[in-house]
Amino acid sequence: MIIHHPILGPRDSQEFVYLGDASLMNRPDGLTAGIEAFHDYLYNRDNPAGEHRELWYHEQGDRSWLVVTRNTVTHEIVRVELARDVAKAAGRTK
Amino acid sequence: MRYSGLRVVVEALTGHRGWKPVWRDPAPQSHYDFVIVGGGGHGLATAYYLAKEFGKSRIAVLEKGYLGGGNVGRNTTIIRSNYLLDGNEPFYEFSLKLWEGLEQDFNYNAMVSQRGIINLIHTDAQRDAFTRRGNAMIMNGADAELLDREQVRAMYPWLNFDNARFPIKGALMQRRGGTVRHDAVAWGYARGADMRGVDLIQNCEVTGMRIENGRIVGVETTRGFIGAGKVGVAVAGSSSKVMAHAGMRLPIESHVLQAFVSEGLKPFIDGVMTFGAGHFYVSQSDKGGLVFGGDIDGYNSYAQRGNLPVIEDVAEGGMALMPAIGRARLLRTWGGIMDMSMDGSPIIDRTPVDGLYFNGGWCYGGFKATPASGWCFAHLLARDEPHVTARAYRFDRFLKGLMIDEKGQGATPNLH
Ligand SMILES: Cc1cc2nc3c(=O)[nH]c(=O)nc-3n(C[C@H](O)[C@H](O)[C@H](O)COP(=O)(O)OP(=O)(O)OC[C@H]3O[C@@H](n4cnc5c(N)ncnc54)[C@H](O)[C@@H]3O)c2cc1C
Repeated sequence: MIIHHPILGPRDSQEFVYLGDASLMNRPDGLTAGIEAFHDYLYNRDNPAGEHRELWYHEQGDRSWLVVTRNTVTHEIVRVELARDVAKAAGRTK
Repeated sequence: MRYSGLRVVVEALTGHRGWKPVWRDPAPQSHYDFVIVGGGGHGLATAYYLAKEFGKSRIAVLEKGYLGGGNVGRNTTIIRSNYLLDGNEPFYEFSLKLWEGLEQDFNYNAMVSQRGIINLIHTDAQRDAFTRRGNAMIMNGADAELLDREQVRAMYPWLNFDNARFPIKGALMQRRGGTVRHDAVAWGYARGADMRGVDLIQNCEVTGMRIENGRIVGVETTRGFIGAGKVGVAVAGSSSKVMAHAGMRLPIESHVLQAFVSEGLKPFIDGVMTFGAGHFYVSQSDKGGLVFGGDIDGYNSYAQRGNLPVIEDVAEGGMALMPAIGRARLLRTWGGIMDMSMDGSPIIDRTPVDGLYFNGGWCYGGFKATPASGWCFAHLLARDEPHVTARAYRFDRFLKGLMIDEKGQGATPNLH
């Protein structure tokens, strides 16, 4: 699979480390959210067949985190964003 | 029809005209007491034991494709019970004992071959860890032996013992481990279930669940609504998709695992060998092909096919261990969808919906579990309480901090 890095252009997916569903960016506050919400965040997944937004880390590159939208049935990659941009668009400071 | 030596002789003398299809192809009825979703190894074994061991009737297995077309027909056929943790080892040893009697039990040749499995050791620390694992196995009634370097050399003199990175220092051996003809397991259970009146319904995909007042009353399928007293879901890589029909999110990710077969070679590997440090394992089939594999590709996938980097990685692992295979040609590769759970261990449990039960999270190791998984799931469905060896396989272990993390990797399915 080729990942079109927003800054570096087309890169082999082998350069990246995969983490999983991009919802992992939205970690609830461990002290206030309660154990059920944190359990849900940590262990449960939508695991869709079809489009999946997921986190890839460019370990052998610029060490940026990317949000890759990929089809889990065809492996086709339809969108790549910097995770930083996604977080900022959602109103976070970093 | 019962199979026997006499039967083979009689058929040979009468032109083989007496062999019949081994199961019926029934149309679905409007209601069953038990509906099992998924006609893989686990679903078929569940139906078989429900009828045979728990005396239940009015059972159907619903399969979206054909029987045995999923992972049960795609795996590398290894059986073993070399686990460490208390939640796991009694269950897998129960499974291995069932394998030992399976062919007599269901009167079908599944080619159960206890050819032995070795896990290679490269460091002192690894030997300590494998010694501990072997002791845990023995304490749970399984067999385990620690082999030194010369004992391994006597078995496989052509291995690369002096690899600079991973020199071979010994191995943990389980002689009762081995391989089984995977398709025949599905066929044997299917035939045994059919003979006991179970309806095996193919080309019947479950597309929805009808739940009323917190209780399941049946499933929507591509062949119409089918009512059910109890529904047991055993769909391996499709677990999240099917359980979403009941509004559940699971502690599971679906990943692809690939397997490989070489051209036929003369017999030179008579057991199963794992080279964990090199992400490679291998056995040789009765036809002579090397059957081998390595890691999952490592990203969510429902594609039933993997990508080239893992093929390269597995080939490198094989070459590091056994340079002799360098000129063997690869005949086939394929992939299956694994239900990777968050701690690498399975789930056999009730759900918040009354009458709905779940069996999944088998990762890449559910073939060896097939008999015990079927037995324990049937136990749960029939009696509403877990089998003694499957008590730890609960959904709430993640909430309660009772994970069964054989590898100590944490909630990272792509590392298991
Ligand atoms: C390449 C590879 C190598 C492996 N090697 C080993 C090994 O050496 N040892 C080992 O122990 N394990 C191994 N495994 C793992 C093992 O194969 C699986 O864990 C096990 O087969 C899963 O259980 P099953 O047989 O019931 O799954 P499956 O055979 O996949 O059965 C699930 C069935 O559910 C059906 N289904 C899905 N959705 C629906 C629906 N909506 N409605 C109706 N039916 C549905 C599917 O069509 C499928 O037939 C390997 C797996 C792979 C892919």
